[in-house]
Amino acid sequence: MAVEHIVTQGAEHLFVHGLDWTTKELFTYPNEFIYWSIQIVMYPYMTGLVAGAFVLSSLYHVFGQQDLKTIARFSLVFSLALLPVAMMPLQYHLQQPFRGMNVMFTPHFTSAIAAFGIVFSTYAVIVLSEIWFVYRTYFVDQVHALKGKDGAKNRFMYILYLILTLGAFDTSYEAVVKDKKAVKILAGIGIPVACFLHGYAGFIFGSVKANALWMSPLMPVIFIMSAVVSGIALCMLTYIIIMEFKKWSAIIAKGKGDESVQVIAGAELDVITKTSRYLLGFLVAAISLELLDLIFRGYTAMKSWDILRTVMYGKDFINIFVLQYTLGNLVPFIMLLLPGITIRRVFFALIFVLFGVFMMRWNVVIGGQAFSLSFAGYMHYHLPIIPHNLETYKEGLFGALTVAATPFVLFWFINKVTPSLEYK
Amino acid sequence: MSCSRRDFLKNTFKTTLASALPLSAFRMLSPAEVKAYTGDSSIRWVFLVDTKKCVGCGLCVKACKLENEVPYDPPVTRTWVERYVLMKNGQAHIDSAFGGRDGFTESKIGENEIPTDQIAKGFFVPKLCNQCMKPACVQVCPVGATYQTLDGVVLVDRKWCIGCGYCIMACPYGMRFFHPVYKVAEKCTFCYHRITKGLKTACVQACPFGARRIGNLKDPNDPVTKVIMDERVAVLKDEYGTKPQVYYIGLDTNVR
Repeated sequence: MAVEHIVTQGAEHLFVHGLDWTTKELFTYPNEFIYWSIQIVMYPYMTGLVAGAFVLSSLYHVFGQQDLKTIARFSLVFSLALLPVAMMPLQYHLQQPFRGMNVMFTPHFTSAIAAFGIVFSTYAVIVLSEIWFVYRTYFVDQVHALKGKDGAKNRFMYILYLILTLGAFDTSYEAVVKDKKAVKILAGIGIPVACFLHGYAGFIFGSVKANALWMSPLMPVIFIMSAVVSGIALCMLTYIIIMEFKKWSAIIAKGKGDESVQVIAGAELDVITKTSRYLLGFLVAAISLELLDLIFRGYTAMKSWDILRTVMYGKDFINIFVLQYTLGNLVPFIMLLLPGITIRRVFFALIFVLFGVFMMRWNVVIGGQAFSLSFAGYMHYHLPIIPHNLETYKEGLFGALTVAATPFVLFWFINKVTPSLEYK
Repeated sequence: MSCSRRDFLKNTFKTTLASALPLSAFRMLSPAEVKAYTGDSSIRWVFLVDTKKCVGCGLCVKACKLENEVPYDPPVTRTWVERYVLMKNGQAHIDSAFGGRDGFTESKIGENEIPTDQIAKGFFVPKLCNQCMKPACVQVCPVGATYQTLDGVVLVDRKWCIGCGYCIMACPYGMRFFHPVYKVAEKCTFCYHRITKGLKTACVQACPFGARRIGNLKDPNDPVTKVIMDERVAVLKDEYGTKPQVYYIGLDTNVR
């Protein structure tokens, strides 16, 4: 019989998606598992970082916040490095990753995910063209500097920069002014698009009417706010690490007797404190909205509140109130507000902020599946740590770490072409 | 290059106009739209479950798994039976081990031994896809791989589904799952391959007590339609606005 055939044939690779990491308690429907796992936590987290990094750079380009000048260029390039990574978790998550492109072929626009391809590509075009306008003069300079130089690397870089100029070699004053104007316009368009890109990630969750925890019109706004928080935090953190690393490597080189090295200043406290003010503003907005959502649910106490309450105040209490609100929000909030701020304190506060936003994503995605649709049972998620097949790698700790590490690798490459930390 | 901005804009405008006309002869269709033309618009398949007749034998679940090539042992199923035991103190015990496939022969529910003298009432509720009029699963599919036929059944295109799981999340009834072999979204189809050929669904045919029946809501003489029209029936979770089309006789307020 066909059925027996399929069972015996597939017996060794029969894999019920979700079975490996879900345990059930009390009554749940048979088909209920944690279908959206760690990669779906990573997805809004990574898009959030992209959007946040871009918004940070736009604060300088559009609103002319001079205090952000140093970090603006860096965060723009960093948002490019983060961009492909926003898609990675989705690819990891899909059961049919090779069909991912179908979203572009036949977008079904009643679905919140369908617009992803379009919004994402629009955003990518904006980021790429903004970077091009910012770096165009630099590309032309490089072409002139590398012209006629020997060596395979020089030839390669020469050709690369030649292509990157796109044939626009005009670096007259008028042309540069036009470039700046274009950057301003693009950054201006980019802010709403970045917010849309991320707000709509919130919409993907907020519009699932079957899920009592997710369904909320506040979800997109909460997502945008926390996205900007995490984006700014990551940019600041990376900036601090890179600048301090440069400083220390210069000091060490000098210590070894290399007198040609100039000791540089490292991360500037001034830049950091000013950026952290924006961070605090968005953090306050994010927390207020989340608390509003929580209070409203408790006050209206709809049918689902009984089970939501047991999840929030019981099973997920540590995750939500200790790790997310206290350690991820309150502690860094106090650390950043206390007088006598130092780079080191900011550094740790930023780690807490990033952790807090991650926990928020976790509590939304995993917490939303912690209870059964029957409201009569619970599901628990056990993150696969040691992978024993492709699935438990992709949707396990190492899959998540791969996603988290990729932007830094990409940044390392991109920064070789468009140096965002030295070039003035 | 001697192309002024004015010329560039002019030419762009011309090209757009010239190409818009022939292109307007085409229309973008999603696979869902194309596939939706399958089916017979003079039929609206509906299901009628008489919970008072169900004894929880699990033959329907067994039949469904065999008929629809859903692997037998993995704990996923297109249809299932739930057991409700309500105690005199108001406590509810619910279970559906293996979807009720092997029948409810154990008196234990979960870890709990149920004292028989404390039971107020007990009954079984078979569940299957509600083939909603406004299916949330179809709405959220990003690629249009799941679609509703003209006769009201929601199907999945196994060759186009990307396996994102959004439909699984969107279904308020928890009907959908990933097929362990095909790795795409899987759901009850009312045995579409059978009903379109004049046969009954596997579960209807397997039920020895007539607890499950399928009919055509557009046919006023259909016995199922008559029951739905004349008697008091209810649907599950109508608060989600999906307009479910599986009607129940003898539904209890404790049913989830």
